[in-house]
Amino acid sequence: MAERIVFKNVDVPNSQALEIYRSRGGYRALEKALKEIKPDDLIEIVKRSGLRGRGGAGFPTGLKWSFVPKESKLAKYLCCNADESEPGTFKDRVIIEKDPHLLLEGIALTCYAIGIHTAYIYIRGEMIYGARVLEQAIAEARAAGFLGKNILDSDFHLDVHVHRGAGAYICGEETALMESLEGKRGEPRVKPPFPATQGLFGGPTVINNVETLANIPDIIWKGPEWFAAIGTEKSTGTRVFGVSGHVNRPGTYELPMGVTARELIYEHAGGIRGGRQLKAFIPGGSSVPFLTEKHLDVKLDFESVAQAGSLLGSAGIIVMDDTTCMVWAALNLCHFYEHESCGQCTPCREGTRWMSVVLERIEHGKGRQEDLDLLLDVCNNIRGQTLCPFGDAALTPVESTIMLFRAEYEAHIQGKGCPFSR
Amino acid sequence: MLSQAAMEKFQQLLEHYPDKRAALLPTLHLVQSEVGYVSKEAIDYVAGLLSLTPTYVHSVASFYTMFYKEKMGKYVIQVCRTLPCALCGSQKILEYLQGKLGIEVGETTPDGTFSLVTVECLASCGTAPVIQINDDYYEGLNPEKVDRILEELSRK
Ligand SMILES: Cc1cc2nc3c(=O)[nH]c(=O)nc-3n(C[C@H](O)[C@H](O)[C@H](O)COP(=O)(O)O)c2cc1C
Ligand code: SF4
Ligand code: FES
Repeated sequence: MAERIVFKNVDVPNSQALEIYRSRGGYRALEKALKEIKPDDLIEIVKRSGLRGRGGAGFPTGLKWSFVPKESKLAKYLCCNADESEPGTFKDRVIIEKDPHLLLEGIALTCYAIGIHTAYIYIRGEMIYGARVLEQAIAEARAAGFLGKNILDSDFHLDVHVHRGAGAYICGEETALMESLEGKRGEPRVKPPFPATQGLFGGPTVINNVETLANIPDIIWKGPEWFAAIGTEKSTGTRVFGVSGHVNRPGTYELPMGVTARELIYEHAGGIRGGRQLKAFIPGGSSVPFLTEKHLDVKLDFESVAQAGSLLGSAGIIVMDDTTCMVWAALNLCHFYEHESCGQCTPCREGTRWMSVVLERIEHGKGRQEDLDLLLDVCNNIRGQTLCPFGDAALTPVESTIMLFRAEYEAHIQGKGCPFSR
Repeated sequence: MLSQAAMEKFQQLLEHYPDKRAALLPTLHLVQSEVGYVSKEAIDYVAGLLSLTPTYVHSVASFYTMFYKEKMGKYVIQVCRTLPCALCGSQKILEYLQGKLGIEVGETTPDGTFSLVTVECLASCGTAPVIQINDDYYEGLNPEKVDRILEELSRK
């Protein structure tokens, strides 16, 4: 089996306990860093590793950290993004529930590197069990001297708090998350200013995804060269791919970046259910363009997926077989975006509602030939016209299914109904 | 409105943030876990605790779907409807629940035991179809499993 980094402990019984984590080498990277490595050198190590954010955008992690000013009158903060609400994404939950100390060690190393003394884990409200596991792990780590005052007898101190969301997808967007944490409606902020200079409570803030932070301990312990040797040149390390939909073995698979979609879907996830044909897959959570069986040999790394016309995003792979109606799939996701739009921007709020109405009538046999151009027109009126990337995400399922499966839309319109029986 | 234990939790919460307002979501969670929903009285109460106006608290609470505006059943059954679950039969699970409970989405059984709602992706797509009932996830569902779950809950 390929080397695992963030999932290395998840199959060990009782893996969430501090003693098990310790027995598997846990917190030694933190110990080493506090004794031997200067904070600035830690940032350099993470830069050299090539680590890029696992939350969706793939921004280089070390570079992000280096934007935070060294000196600041206002307190600096780390937000760990555990909102995990991109449809098709279910990896952070595994780390949180099975290896909370790996995340906490990553958080402690990150805060030490940047000079942060307060970190918040913003966890989606529904993950009540995960929040409990984290609270328990924080208490254990505090009692053992890995968090709190004078960590491991150094002069570094750090408090970590769990903060639960309350059911709003948009709070995964970094500035909405900060608004929500401050006790406000989760409405994205205008950027700039960027979080690195003015984020949570006005202070310089770093925000990283759970999986990103869980990579840090091994990068420090084993070195950036070791990490950079895994994956591809520009997409280093592993990725936890979540495979869902019509496969025989849905689940989470940590594999080197650059594994092909074919290997992931057919070998690891056991192929398509019932021996059927693959029709489409979404490679990076619901916000990225659909791909088809022609793209099965695309390597799943940031560059290759972008070259194929989609995005690696959150690496949640949603697989659809040949019985799946693409209008129905687009409509399902359009309802999601309509429901989750925060409503600040008219094109996003109205556009998602309008697209739902039109898709609904096409799916139910009331579509007109002009509807396809109308849908594309709505897409064009959302694109680039909104405050946050949600708007562009919302139009993607509609636009990409029309591009790839126009004939199927036309069959709905001409045949006055959905040709797929369900 | 809050019990002694919840009040202690509330006091601890305040220490987590440089600004009292940041304790709003956690406090609303506390209130809902004690009262079952965020009532008009709860909004006034939380506003008083955090020195905010009731209008402000209402505007924030109404943004988040997890805060219920009205009394719900003892068990709130939340069926995930998003694509990965839909590909694995969530619609059938929803219809089965509707038939079995004799209620539509958004309704509560007359005896006040079950409410039925739909929710978006619960980050458990690998074990679809998934529902959440109060704090707990139930994964890899089929009608037989749903029968067993409902039976168990009804007996409690
Ligand atoms: C609409 C929207 C939803 C998002 N949801 C999440 C999420 O659930 N989890 C996450 O880690 N990042 C999410 N992101 C990305 C974050 O804004 C941010 O880029 C990320 O947390 C940065 O961490 P990283 O650099 O470690 O990836 C979302 C972005 C957008 C625009
Ligand atoms: S694009 Fe949509 S989600 Fe983003 S800020 Fe505008 S209305 Fe809100
Ligand atoms: S779609 Fe149901 S859990 Fe993700």
